[in-house]
Amino acid sequence: MFDDFFIRALIAGLGIALVTGPLGCFVVWRRLSYFGDTLAHSALLGVTLAYSFELNIALSVFIISSLIALILIQLQKKTNLPGDALLGLLAHSSLAVGLVVIGFLTFIRFDIMGLLFGDILAVTIDDLLIIWTGGAVILLVLKLIWKPLFASTVNYELAEAEGLNPDRAKAIFTILMAAVIAISIKMVGLLLITGMLIIPAAMARNISDSPQKMVLFSIIGGLLSVLLGLFSSLEFNTSSGPSIIMASLILFILSLLNIKQSIKLKN
Amino acid sequence: MSSENSTLVKLNNAGFKQNDKWLVEGVSLTVEKGKIVTLIGPNGSGKSTTAKIALGIYKNIEGSVEKYTNKVGYVPQKISIDWTLPLRVYDFMLLTENIKDEAIDEALTLTGVIHLKNKNLGNLSGGEFQRVLIARAISKKPELLVLDEPVQGVDYTGEIALYELIKRISDTLNCGILLISHDLHTVMTATDHVVCLNGHVCCSGSPMDVAKNNEYKTLFGEQASQILSVYEHKHDHVHSDKGEIKKN
Repeated sequence: MFDDFFIRALIAGLGIALVTGPLGCFVVWRRLSYFGDTLAHSALLGVTLAYSFELNIALSVFIISSLIALILIQLQKKTNLPGDALLGLLAHSSLAVGLVVIGFLTFIRFDIMGLLFGDILAVTIDDLLIIWTGGAVILLVLKLIWKPLFASTVNYELAEAEGLNPDRAKAIFTILMAAVIAISIKMVGLLLITGMLIIPAAMARNISDSPQKMVLFSIIGGLLSVLLGLFSSLEFNTSSGPSIIMASLILFILSLLNIKQSIKLKN
Repeated sequence: MSSENSTLVKLNNAGFKQNDKWLVEGVSLTVEKGKIVTLIGPNGSGKSTTAKIALGIYKNIEGSVEKYTNKVGYVPQKISIDWTLPLRVYDFMLLTENIKDEAIDEALTLTGVIHLKNKNLGNLSGGEFQRVLIARAISKKPELLVLDEPVQGVDYTGEIALYELIKRISDTLNCGILLISHDLHTVMTATDHVVCLNGHVCCSGSPMDVAKNNEYKTLFGEQASQILSVYEHKHDHVHSDKGEIKKN
């Protein structure tokens, strides 16, 4: 019925959506969308290093993104620059370095468009293994740090005072962010990963009254976006990343109708 | 060692400096099981800072803090909650510990806000939110309660009821309470030990001892002396078994 590559892309996309759903909620709650962007931009450098030294792409991206996150934390401690300026500095300089390195790698044929916007044709069986085992580990760790992470998202001092160790949870969450970008870069592309994190979560916010519901709807929204996006990508021969993000945008717009209704009900 | 066992938190000459300015320094105090210690002092005298030192929120402090319990309930003075989160009162009750539904209902009933259980936290009034904060802190059945202006924004009758509740909780749970309050009436009636702060400890002791202290009088002025005299009057007699008043 469908080609093998399409089945692989579906399995990969659904695995990614399961992970980006809950993580995306925290990105929205903690206002980390620009932080996600920065890690994703730095992923280009990770990819070029993977090609240069024949490393696994996901592993290389994970290492570089974690490194950038560490540098960011150090810069925040040592300078008086505002957080968004530091994020911009890291995002664009790591993107620039990545692009310059690509320029030197003339001996390798590069599909820049695929890197930026995702390429379903590129998903291999190995990638599926990385996405699903990596995704399972990310979700497990997130479940373990859920209590302190969520409590400190609501109020840092309450979490700290009542013995939950929010700083450790925050550090672990940063690593999870790098990991989710690493496993989804091939599929969604580095320019659009943050969209995959934020848009389903934002959609879920519009129709949820509790954190658990928001996580659940965010996952469902992500899964639907992947299904809709990939089928239309196949139908109209468009890039997979933008198609998925557009599908999630449509879901977001539909969720706005729900807000309008509930505002009307209140009046 | 027996007195050590009942100690919940102990500050030894503790202080905290921010941007080269001392917020508070040289504070020594001990909160024991079943006892209420109250911090009083003018605005900016370091009351909240002292509470945060005791809770371990501030890390780089002078002196030392010894904390002997991890079962802590905290009602902060200022709380900024980010409304990007969909959060009901019920979710908030479970924030730092998984508490049984019965315990949640009991605490919300005690503070008079059980009807708000499924309301969104962002839609509560200031007084209602304050009652939820107290309910959350006591529902954990903590060994140490730190209450920073717990009844701010609560209506007058509610205020009295909540202070009575706090006193009762200290008796039934046998927990230690570190209380920050502007209400000198409460301080005088419900407290075992008062610490008067003004950037440092200006005096401390039993409520009556502190009230007689000259530094206290200069800090709080005429009004405080009047409250003191009211209580002095109240306490200069005892009631006999038959309810007759006997002069001391």
